[in-house]
Amino acid sequence: MTRTLIPPEFLVKIDHVRCRRCKRCILNCGFGALSFQDRIVADSSRCVACHRCVTFCPEGAISVERNPLCFKPNAHWTPEVIKAIYKQAETGGVLLTGMGNDRPYINYFDHLLLDACQVTNPSIDPLREPMELRTYLGSKPNSVQVETRDGEHVLATRLSPQITLETPIIFAGMSFGSISLPAHKALARAAHLSGTLMNTGEGGLHRELYPYSSSIIVQVASGRFGVNQEYLDRAAAIEIKIGQGAKPGIGGHLPGEKVNQEVSQTRMIPEGTDALSPAPHHDIYSIEDLSQLIYALKEATRYTKPVGVKISAVHNAAAIASGIARAGADFIYIDGFRGGTGAAPTIIRDHVGIPIEMAIAAVDDRLRQEGIRNQVSLIAAGGFRHSGDVAKAIALGADIVAIGTAALVAMGCRVCQKCYTGNCSWGIATQRPELVQRLDPEEATERLVNLLRGWSLELKEILGALGVNAVESLRGSRERLRGIGLNQVELEILGVKPAGR
Amino acid sequence: MKEIFPRIPSGCSIIGVFNRKAKRFSGADIVRAIRVMHDRSNGLGGGFAGYGIYPEYKDCYAFHLLYEGEASQHETEHFLEKHFIIERSEPIPTRPHPRISDPPILWRYFLRVKPHRLESFRGGRGAESRSSPQFCAVLEKTGERCDERDFVVEQVMWINRCIGGAFVASSGKNMGVFKGVGYPEDIGEFYRIEEYEGYLWTGHGRFPTNTPGWWGGAHPFTILDWSVVHNGEISSYGINKRYLEMFGYHCTLQTDTEVIAYLFDLLHRRHGLPLEVACLALAPPFWKNLDRGSGAKEELARALRQVYGSALLNGPFSIVVGFTGGMIGLTDRIKLRPLVCGEKDEFLYLASEECAIRELCPNPDRVWAIKAGEPVIGKLEEGVQP
Repeated sequence: MTRTLIPPEFLVKIDHVRCRRCKRCILNCGFGALSFQDRIVADSSRCVACHRCVTFCPEGAISVERNPLCFKPNAHWTPEVIKAIYKQAETGGVLLTGMGNDRPYINYFDHLLLDACQVTNPSIDPLREPMELRTYLGSKPNSVQVETRDGEHVLATRLSPQITLETPIIFAGMSFGSISLPAHKALARAAHLSGTLMNTGEGGLHRELYPYSSSIIVQVASGRFGVNQEYLDRAAAIEIKIGQGAKPGIGGHLPGEKVNQEVSQTRMIPEGTDALSPAPHHDIYSIEDLSQLIYALKEATRYTKPVGVKISAVHNAAAIASGIARAGADFIYIDGFRGGTGAAPTIIRDHVGIPIEMAIAAVDDRLRQEGIRNQVSLIAAGGFRHSGDVAKAIALGADIVAIGTAALVAMGCRVCQKCYTGNCSWGIATQRPELVQRLDPEEATERLVNLLRGWSLELKEILGALGVNAVESLRGSRERLRGIGLNQVELEILGVKPAGR
Repeated sequence: MKEIFPRIPSGCSIIGVFNRKAKRFSGADIVRAIRVMHDRSNGLGGGFAGYGIYPEYKDCYAFHLLYEGEASQHETEHFLEKHFIIERSEPIPTRPHPRISDPPILWRYFLRVKPHRLESFRGGRGAESRSSPQFCAVLEKTGERCDERDFVVEQVMWINRCIGGAFVASSGKNMGVFKGVGYPEDIGEFYRIEEYEGYLWTGHGRFPTNTPGWWGGAHPFTILDWSVVHNGEISSYGINKRYLEMFGYHCTLQTDTEVIAYLFDLLHRRHGLPLEVACLALAPPFWKNLDRGSGAKEELARALRQVYGSALLNGPFSIVVGFTGGMIGLTDRIKLRPLVCGEKDEFLYLASEECAIRELCPNPDRVWAIKAGEPVIGKLEEGVQP
């Protein structure tokens, strides 16, 4: 095939009057879209709109625009559909993408509104009164036993391991390999400083993260990358990854070119080989198998850490969650279809799974109906954009919310969705040394800490507006939500009343 | 001289008077005391709970029912006959009152549980088909053993949930609740409260804002012999309600206070937490205070918060809880509603305002404002039987 029919998605424009030909833009572009031929020349077909060149041009001489190339208007055969067909006709391959589902499905968070206090239940000013976001990750019994000794009441029940979180927001699983070491370090340090958790994803734990062990969830995925006794011991909690929101039912694939020496050592695989994590765990084909793995991990860590299971939000997530709780998991992590990924088949990302809002509501309901809600902490993830989404997810029934894409954005990510190419110009989703060094872990840490702080402060404002001073009183309190523009069935699934009632 | 009105009528009056020696006194006292807090209510609800008022039937469950019509009464009585031996059934005595209009049918029953019904309930077969999930099944899931009181709770839930127009106002032994729409002093006169004698009385004047003023929605709220009067609003009602549903309780009375009574029943009776500990779960200390220590006290408080976070009562409240043999006063963690405590000899008083206490007891030995989130618990003196 000689000529591509795929038009460039963006157009890079250089203002040659302003350009001083410093070539900084060429150095900054991870995708090789810019070159120098007497003057700066752009190959727009390579541009992904990561805006690195735009940000770093000292003269402000570069602009990136969406290519206005006009396909004949057609509501069914949209430009995206046509371009995808061109791509497959030219390559014969599976179309890949990064980040989460970007299609305009209904966003239920935007159809939910929070309540606020007025007179009789006064709002509370978080600037003056204590406002508590502390949350505990771990299984809780339905009741506790209390003994009275010498007139003092003493706890007689031994609770299973609990992790203290100073905010109900943690970082989602993102592996070393899919993201760079500075990004991983920034997540770990920010979690540590903020009293919360980061998640290694399925890529093992780099030794440089060992000092932050008490703030790390390690993941045991189907590929078992980096899983050994030390890995398990260096964690606050362990998560068995079954599914991921962006690609339910799909395994992982880190291309060999991203497996450099450090990734190879961390993952315990040969350098330069593809890191393939199978779609299923080959030792888990039933809930009993899952239970065995949960208890194997608990045994291996002497029952000192919570062990949880991550699944993607799918139609029968509620029944699966019930099985997982009964299989002995201490927490269930549910990832909605807007959850991010380093690489996924576009067709899977865009067409498989369900919104996290529905999944939280259905799972929380089911666990309550079965009287086992206390047995597990419920973590929700999948495209959380701001503290409003977090508050609504908690009101629907989540204990904790995990943020992945938002954390990457905090570090500089522009959601260009090209993570799978390994060319991230911002040094986040890449292992290319010259790109990796662009991300300053110190600065990224600060940005992440600031993000968590900002969202936590906003959560406190929301709690105050709701007239409660503890996040426990928002958790599962759907009475404080109202739906707008939703049909009766959707309201019923979400367990909320329509606005005005 | 310029007139000063320093009092802020912050809505709802609550009061409790308890004699630690179980000496019974007339219900007229509680009506007299709450009358002085008239401005705290708006005529849309008043009520009283009296303990020790039915000594002749003290071993029976005294059910006070509100019926919207004869059909509801007929259906409820059929239901009661099926599950209970009815020792006595009669209208609750009332007198016509110029300011109480359109009362429902008010009836009381003195009941014993039918042994074979209790047995089949324990076997998971006793609950009616419309009542789901079956209470007993819920108990099995949570690893609890059903007893007679669980059976009674299940029947109360069933009547409130499944029989249209029938509401159980109280279901405890040797106690009863008298409530309705009106000012509390008028409700007291309407129910002829002065004809009863009890060792513990609580009272409530209502100023409803968020939920309707109706007979079932007046305070006290009860389950078994727990009764709760409340000033404030439970902003955590949504999660408290959903939490209780997990244990087989269903909130049907359209008022947030209902959850408090059920939470006391769950935490103290079913989970066996001492009253002080149950209060610690409902109004826990702030984390910043707990973080200052690491002893057994803090360990208990921390575990309670972890396990009973969904039971935490949030939002403004001051409550007086009555139960067989005692009374509890409790406010929210930042004390957004008033509660004053007084003592004189064997009497313990709790009220929204000191004036109500002084109406009954002009010279108390001690009067104090109770601390935020710290309960005042009065119990019968050792060896005293209610």
